[in-house]
Amino acid sequence: MMREELKIRVVKGPDGVEFEVDPLRDYFCEAPPASHPPAYAKIVEDLFNWARSHSLWILGFGTGCGAIEMRPLMTPRFDAYRYGIAWRPTPRQANLLVISGYLSVKTLKRAIRAYEQMQNPKYVVGLGSCTINGGMYWDSYNTIKRLDDYMPVDLYITGCMPRPEALLQGFEDLKKLIRAGKAEGANQYAEKFEWYKANQKQVIHDWDMPDYNW
Amino acid sequence: MMRALHDRLNALFPLGELTEQRPDLAFLTVPREHLRSIILHLRDLEGFSHLVLLTAVDWLEEGNFQLTYLLSNRGKAVDLGLRVMIPRDGASMDSIHDIWPTAATYQRELREMFGIQFPDSPGVNDDFILEGWIDMPPYRRDFDTKAFSAKTFKEREGRMTTDPEQHMKQQLYPDGA
Ligand code: SF4
Repeated sequence: MMREELKIRVVKGPDGVEFEVDPLRDYFCEAPPASHPPAYAKIVEDLFNWARSHSLWILGFGTGCGAIEMRPLMTPRFDAYRYGIAWRPTPRQANLLVISGYLSVKTLKRAIRAYEQMQNPKYVVGLGSCTINGGMYWDSYNTIKRLDDYMPVDLYITGCMPRPEALLQGFEDLKKLIRAGKAEGANQYAEKFEWYKANQKQVIHDWDMPDYNW
Repeated sequence: MMRALHDRLNALFPLGELTEQRPDLAFLTVPREHLRSIILHLRDLEGFSHLVLLTAVDWLEEGNFQLTYLLSNRGKAVDLGLRVMIPRDGASMDSIHDIWPTAATYQRELREMFGIQFPDSPGVNDDFILEGWIDMPPYRRDFDTKAFSAKTFKEREGRMTTDPEQHMKQQLYPDGA
């Protein structure tokens, strides 16, 4: 069932001219993501990766219980800003998506949209048992059990829930992965795009959005 | 207090049993066809002006749904729950959204999670919490959550479960002391 606002409709512009709008084609990009080749020389790519590792911007989007731990982390108590990690309010300005716990199918849909709207290069960190194997929601009718089936995860942080210190350690590890050129999630997503979409559509039954929407 | 109220109501309506949970909380089973008049009576003449919640219980074995309308008399700080039994098959109930508009939200939830129909309740068939749900309403007790989860969501290999008591014993007293 297509949502009302996504249906093709005729709109009247301010100048009185009527025209047809197909929101799925006109408002969103239809092209699938493409993988981004490394720079022409390894030393340059290494330099890029070094720079990327120092530029982590987290999308302020919380799911599950783990989001609670991000509050002390982004404020003076644990102060992640010391490590060059900052939070942004919109996917356009962020490159690190922290999935902070269980994802219901409904939230998964929003998380996918948020992920796809982020600019490359981008990273995903899964927080807590729920993202790894379902955690204590393993028998829930409404939560997914392994995040990496639906989006490319660079790093998992175990625990239920992991403390802020564990997150800080995780971010440091992520930086190492980025510097080693091993955090290629965005490219992996582009290369296995069909596989990810198939998995996503297997659980999201009311798929009423474009396949790729940034 | 609750007894007195019960006696006053009993003179007017046929009532089921009264369960007094606390001095300020009681539950009363009422026949379905009198629910509306009892609610109106309680609201307009007995000061039960607030609908706290409307919820359901699935009595699978008896083939019934129990609807509980919890009303509050804010002046006297007492709550009264009205219980109505409706048959589980083709479950349907009259809407009370015209008495309390908030009821429409509860009814929408009950329609989605228990599959109880409330004809005429505004927006009752819109999605409430679930999106694109394809199975039977998940709060019905014959819905097998675990089986549904196992067939719908892929698992990661290697997940294991230990008995907490045994595990801690092993951890703390490895040589079985
Ligand atoms: S891993 Fe634990 S703390 Fe984190 S979302 Fe799951 S249940 Fe909540």
